[in-house]
Amino acid sequence: MNGERYIRQTILKDFGPKAQERLYKSKVLVVGAGGLGIPVLTYLNAMGIGTLGIVDGDSVSGSNLHRQVLYDETDIGQSKVQVAIRKLRAQNSSTQLISFEQFLTVENALRVIADYDLVVDASDNFPTRYLVNDACVLLGKPFIYGALHGFEGQVSVFNHNNGPTYRCLFPNMPGPDEVPDCNANGVLGVIPGIVGNLQALEAVKVLTGVGEVLSGKLLLFDGLSQNFQNIKFSLVPDNQKINELKPAYDFECTTEIKSIQTSELEQLLEMNSVQLIDVRTPKEFQGYHLEKAHHIPLSELEERKSEIDFGRPAYFICQSGIRSRKAIEKLQELNTEAELINVKGGMNNLKAYVAKY
Amino acid sequence: MEVLLFGIAKDIVGSTQMDLSEWKHPPSSVGELKDFLCSSFPEFGKLSSLAVAVNSEYAQDAVILEAGDEIAIIPPVSGG
Repeated sequence: MNGERYIRQTILKDFGPKAQERLYKSKVLVVGAGGLGIPVLTYLNAMGIGTLGIVDGDSVSGSNLHRQVLYDETDIGQSKVQVAIRKLRAQNSSTQLISFEQFLTVENALRVIADYDLVVDASDNFPTRYLVNDACVLLGKPFIYGALHGFEGQVSVFNHNNGPTYRCLFPNMPGPDEVPDCNANGVLGVIPGIVGNLQALEAVKVLTGVGEVLSGKLLLFDGLSQNFQNIKFSLVPDNQKINELKPAYDFECTTEIKSIQTSELEQLLEMNSVQLIDVRTPKEFQGYHLEKAHHIPLSELEERKSEIDFGRPAYFICQSGIRSRKAIEKLQELNTEAELINVKGGMNNLKAYVAKY
Repeated sequence: MEVLLFGIAKDIVGSTQMDLSEWKHPPSSVGELKDFLCSSFPEFGKLSSLAVAVNSEYAQDAVILEAGDEIAIIPPVSGG
């Protein structure tokens, strides 16, 4: 470790070389390399954390750039984890950076989290948040919670030294239609920057023992009024009595997506006016496609969205129905009024009809 | 009795706070306040978890409300 590099924080009398050494020996897992994860990763990496694991299965999109400030325009379409690791490595070559190019799931959560001292929940959905909570409680790991709604943020440290957990505040996971996420509700670019930096600060405190950890307290931040408020809460001991993860956390997207069966699409194809968008790759499209399909590969969707007439229903198709669903999710972020319909099962169910149309 | 509204509670009510002190029969407990919110704004009834804090402390339904209390309605938020 280069002593000169961290001199401005090691000369702090309440921090010192000892806390710096503790940071260097620490392993932190950041779940989500988005609005919250970027400031957490950037600062922990700059400050000299020893090991940073990054979990995210997403790729960079144009609508991320206003808040996910590690990414630039040339990164669009690339894996967030890969881009983040490249940039963090340039920022601090002594950090050990470990990539998990996947979302956290019931299958991988315990294995991935087990190696780390601390988890930062920088995810953007309830299923992941409840999964992080339950996995951390099972493994006895503290985790730093941060979440956003509009101009507001929440921060707390859960499961720290036998302290309260996420379920002590919010026992039950909200259903898919209860609380909108950033994609549906919007977020001002700088707000996750503030909330994520508060999480980074708590991570440093937990790891070094410096200061008072935000455990048993929920910090509420309101960006519009610049108000910070702490709410005290206690452990509900039952929430520590978890023996295993739930068999499934609801990973369905929180936005409702209309869909039709391929048989219904066949009927629609008889009509001349149907607007069908094929989001497969150019190679797949050249292989075979429906004559009435307009081709916009998923990776070019945002740049070429003006080719879609949002004034009438638009049907989306891919090979199996997964990427077309993703395409609709992306477009719903940009235009929630449009009627966007997924073709379930995709081209796999339509091969027999390709010759005909 | 001032009620501060956070997250989706603010969006449901359409305001950052409500003043209940003017009311003839202000709710006497956290549970009653929740019932009042659900009956006045049915969307509150949809929430599986809703935290309430009284004077900056998390409060269960049985907690008694008194004049001058500062109440915060804190729904879960998921964004990141």
